[in-house]
Amino acid sequence: QVALLDIDICGPSIPKMMGLEGEQVHQSGSGWSPVYVEENLGVMSVGFLLSSPDDAVIWRGPKKNGLIKQFLRDVDWGEIDYLIVDTPPGTSDEHLSIVQYLSAAHIDGAVIITTPQEVSLQDVRKEINFCHKVKLPIIGVVENMSGFVCPKCKNESQIFPPTTGGAEKMCQNLNVPFLGKVPLDPQIGKSCDKGQSFLSEAPESPATSSYRNIIQRIQEYCDQHHFQEEKII
Amino acid sequence: MQILQTCSGSAPSRCLPYGTRPRSSCTSVPDGLAAPGKAGQAEPRPVVQVPTDALKISRHLTRRDQGALTSATRSHAGKAPKTALEPPFSGFEGHPQQPNATAPLPGTLLRASDALLLFLPERSNLAGVRHILLVLSGKGGVGKSTISTELALSLRHSGKKVGILDVDLCGPSIPRMFRVQDNDVHQCDSGWVPVFVDQDKSISLMSIGFLLEKPDDAVVWRGPKKNALIKQFVADVAWGDLDFLIVDTPPGTSDEHISTVEALRPYKPLGAILVTTPQAVSVGDVRRELTFCKKTGLRVLGIVENMSGFVCPHCSECTNIFSKGGGEELAKHAGVPFLGSVPLDPQLSQSLEEGRDFIQEFPKSSAFPALTHIAQQILDGTLQQSS
Repeated sequence: QVALLDIDICGPSIPKMMGLEGEQVHQSGSGWSPVYVEENLGVMSVGFLLSSPDDAVIWRGPKKNGLIKQFLRDVDWGEIDYLIVDTPPGTSDEHLSIVQYLSAAHIDGAVIITTPQEVSLQDVRKEINFCHKVKLPIIGVVENMSGFVCPKCKNESQIFPPTTGGAEKMCQNLNVPFLGKVPLDPQIGKSCDKGQSFLSEAPESPATSSYRNIIQRIQEYCDQHHFQEEKII
Repeated sequence: MQILQTCSGSAPSRCLPYGTRPRSSCTSVPDGLAAPGKAGQAEPRPVVQVPTDALKISRHLTRRDQGALTSATRSHAGKAPKTALEPPFSGFEGHPQQPNATAPLPGTLLRASDALLLFLPERSNLAGVRHILLVLSGKGGVGKSTISTELALSLRHSGKKVGILDVDLCGPSIPRMFRVQDNDVHQCDSGWVPVFVDQDKSISLMSIGFLLEKPDDAVVWRGPKKNALIKQFVADVAWGDLDFLIVDTPPGTSDEHISTVEALRPYKPLGAILVTTPQAVSVGDVRRELTFCKKTGLRVLGIVENMSGFVCPHCSECTNIFSKGGGEELAKHAGVPFLGSVPLDPQLSQSLEEGRDFIQEFPKSSAFPALTHIAQQILDGTLQQSS
């Protein structure tokens, strides 16, 4: 049972990627109902609360924090195995707030996404520092857009060159787990745009097996983490 | 906008009956979003006093500045910063006793600026800037900083003097793109001296990246602190005479954007360039950015579609990795100019990584024509404006 919470208030992409554009949030006595993709996958995003795709959420920090609090407090998620929180880029209001508000619930950890170039890594190092400072465990780092294999000649190109060794080297240097690389695949963008599951649409893609390996490692981490918590109890 | 939260901020069950779907009439998201002043007025003004952590910026002062700085420091040392809005999150709202590299706003500097006001000329620091343009996007990772950098380089090659103000405080990319990430910011009588990219002084930069003790230090600030630094960037950087000031922004439509537009409003910015990638997911966010521009009265100079196709260097096959055409369609739909499509170009990425001048060094590269065409349209636009 999975819940996906989109706290990117200014740029909510999850509804589109899940094929849920145009859906609305319903309300009951037990709170706001998430929008369900399938019985075991519920989603919440500010995107569902906007009446037009052109509506801009031009809010300063405190208002954004208020909505995030409401997402956590008022959404009736039910019993879930995983709550995945998608965040905007940065180390600001949303990030501080989500960590603060979830502190009592014991966050398992954070998965950090980067692309291979140093321009991206330099920001990700800041994000890793943020996690250390707020005592948020790091499950690991994923290197996205890692290489492209030409569909015609099958040669690989590094469109975003890992000039300083990419995420793998950074993880070694910072002693943080490296979860894996996901190559560029035009089908990923297409599936997201159409709101379809890339993993179902392109099961043979190298990107699919990369995703699955990474997801497995995340699940293993969470199982281990859960086991350790139970031991303490 | 159907935002349940604005039903007096109380839990939705208290303002809507059981089973009711949210009604648009229930929302009171301020139409005051139309005027950024109102958005600013939606929250109480914080008292921003800053920690006295010394920063790189204060290291290279002239003797005169040092005098002003010392007296300022004596009178203001030890004041803790206060943000009136939310309870402090320990370790980040900056207690002067703790050396806190993540709250680098220097109290000495702010106070020194106040002291220096006595010596400041009447002229504002932006008075010598002919055109201000903002580079915006609703989406992250689409290439705003890349476009800002390449636009500056192209304009420089047309003989213009350009400044870049990097207001992405959490993820400042501009210094590295010019290979000046280790430079310091100096002070002068008029304020902060921007960092020059080379001896020519034809490109100057300001970014929080220059103000961090260590490059990996995270700037973990809530809105009010970010707003304060942005105001300072706009008021206190002594740009001198520039043809163009390019303002590189983080993704979104929040604090940084509202504050930047508010602070620049008196200087009548030329407008904004919006960057997107071709996919619908990206375009979806950039549509919101267009609304932001409309509501804040910021003219849209045009849309750039970045990462638009990849030509394989081995076999020349073109693959639309991030789909195609979304930016152009959006421009048509929104009735704004389409400035061009920039393809994915490993030489461009490499150039940015190494802080090189792509426009000078790679004129035969696939991204070169698109980038120079964008700059030309900006130049033509400014010529039209002045004629």
